[in-house]
Amino acid sequence: MNAVVPLSALLDARQVWRGRAPEVPAGDQPTGWRALDAVLPAGGWPDASLSEILLPADGVGELRLVLPTLARLTRSRRNVVIVSPPYAPCVAGWQQQGVDMRQVDIIEAPEKDVLWATEQCLRSGSCAAVLAWPRQADDRALRRLQVAAATGQALAFVFRDRSHLSNASPAALRLELEALPRPQLWVRKCRGGAVPTRPVPLARLAG
Amino acid sequence: MLWTCINLSHLAMDGMLRRRPTTGPLVLVDGPVNARTIVSANESAQAAGLHVGQRLSAAQALLSKFEAIPYERESVDRWHRFLAAVAYRYSSEVSLLPHAIVLEVSRSMGLFGPWPRLDAMLRADFAGLGFRHRLAAAPTAHAAQVLATVSDGQAVLSVDALRHALQRVPLAKSSLPANAIAALPGMGIRNLGQVLALPRDGLRRRFGTELLDALDRLIGDRPSGLELYRPPDTFDLRIELLHEVENQSALIFPLRRMADDLAAYLAGRDGGVQRFLLRLEHREGCYTDVPVGLLAPQREGAMLFEFARGRLEHVVLPEPVLALHLIARELPAFVPAGRDLFDERPANALPIGQLRERLRARLGDRAVYRLGSTTDPRPERAQAVAECGGVHDEPSPRPTWLLAHPIPLRGASPRILAGPERLETGWWDGAEACRDYYVVETSPGQRAWAFCPPGEQGGWMLHGWFA
Repeated sequence: MNAVVPLSALLDARQVWRGRAPEVPAGDQPTGWRALDAVLPAGGWPDASLSEILLPADGVGELRLVLPTLARLTRSRRNVVIVSPPYAPCVAGWQQQGVDMRQVDIIEAPEKDVLWATEQCLRSGSCAAVLAWPRQADDRALRRLQVAAATGQALAFVFRDRSHLSNASPAALRLELEALPRPQLWVRKCRGGAVPTRPVPLARLAG
Repeated sequence: MLWTCINLSHLAMDGMLRRRPTTGPLVLVDGPVNARTIVSANESAQAAGLHVGQRLSAAQALLSKFEAIPYERESVDRWHRFLAAVAYRYSSEVSLLPHAIVLEVSRSMGLFGPWPRLDAMLRADFAGLGFRHRLAAAPTAHAAQVLATVSDGQAVLSVDALRHALQRVPLAKSSLPANAIAALPGMGIRNLGQVLALPRDGLRRRFGTELLDALDRLIGDRPSGLELYRPPDTFDLRIELLHEVENQSALIFPLRRMADDLAAYLAGRDGGVQRFLLRLEHREGCYTDVPVGLLAPQREGAMLFEFARGRLEHVVLPEPVLALHLIARELPAFVPAGRDLFDERPANALPIGQLRERLRARLGDRAVYRLGSTTDPRPERAQAVAECGGVHDEPSPRPTWLLAHPIPLRGASPRILAGPERLETGWWDGAEACRDYYVVETSPGQRAWAFCPPGEQGGWMLHGWFA
């Protein structure tokens, strides 16, 4: 033990890998679903980040998942933008869920402009949440949205088909909705925490 | 009283250079066809030896290749008035003098700050618009004009200092009546100081009251008697292009200039613009109109340019464009958007209004909208595009997605979760609806809102999703 090597020399030589405690993103965006908040590392949506929601089909509860958040945001007079939704939002239905439709902007964009419009809204810094349904979005496009969400301090929600699950995604949170055999929600990726091994049953979401 | 004079001795050339930015030699010529003379030359033409007052034929002998453009009095006049509108931002008393604009600024300094700051603001404005200028300030309008002719940046703030400052001004630059300027040097009088020292009686006998009036206006013993400029109520700017333009990208540069000019004019009026027209002029009096309508008045140059460009990009040019014409008739008051002092948004946030305009400019005027509810019970009519929609609460459960048109629900017979909700209405306007709505679950596990004819439970029509 005569060779005394200073620790800093080892670190500078990059021969020592330093384990880091996973940084838990500070979140202040509860989803409004207690069972889901409990399993997410940030205790809710990852703030100023992209969340990806993967669906087997339309109408399996994807809006019920985000409507409590939209209701909370619009009631505090923040703006929410919906980019090229697959159907028209039903005003009466959204209002029944507590959303103030006067704060909700709907954008009809042709397919090639969906990502551009989404990025503009996220980057502007004046939208609290942006919901988008891009048909064709690759890894790079989603990364752009993630960066834009961080720049504009906005919640970004991207709704895509379940078939994209096998592709890697830069989203901070990936959720997969399942309708059969029973409605449930899988957390497929969550930054800053271990992925829960069990699905969150959708029936329990209501509670 | 404190007047400032903005001397625009290169007005004609600067106006022309805005239209055709060039680094090559360029001169403006005027006069009869057989005896054209140069009235203005740009830097590279001067470097080649061309100068003002030279015959065009002499210039052609000196330099083989340069551009000679006829001097247009109307266009110079238009630029002159446009710059007066820009200066109107700083004072309500603005007057036009030959090759100069004078404005009374003693009260403006209360708002804009002391003279050095106001001087810097004026210079920044004029330099930004691309007009070379010389500035001077003096207690009278005519004295300011004379000082600006002599040198740049002279500020005389008191009447006593004014006499001293005028002492050494040569007669040729004194803007006194022409007969006096011609005759006085013959009497050994070479500068203004000497003229001011002469006995008034003698001057009156020799030159009449005209000279004495001019001297009194210079010193401030007599009001300046200038006609005040009033900005027009509409903005109308036309730019002729250098050549026939066939693709939009060549229109971008003049468009940016026009948008900046419009913004400068609006700032002078303290107004905004909500609707303006961009007219692309073709040959033989044909034109294409590109209307630009905004949701709220705007006045920032970059924004106006972006919105106009977005509209222009969608236009297919049927013919080459010869000139651009921007017309703004509706100029409503502009109210800057208020913001919270403790705003949580990022500092560089784009206001939601401007974001919506940006999206509309690229995606179309109808691409961005908000939905409001109406009192019609038929689901397809219960909501409408509305800027500030009414809030009407529906007691029965409604889905979150609504299909534009009901479609047949295919597949196995769905499982009924709730219903029916009978809807029988619309007999008064021909679109009668008589339906039983159910909440059903489809075989892939979706929750749907579907209806069938009253009393039946088949022939399902899908109208929405409880997503």
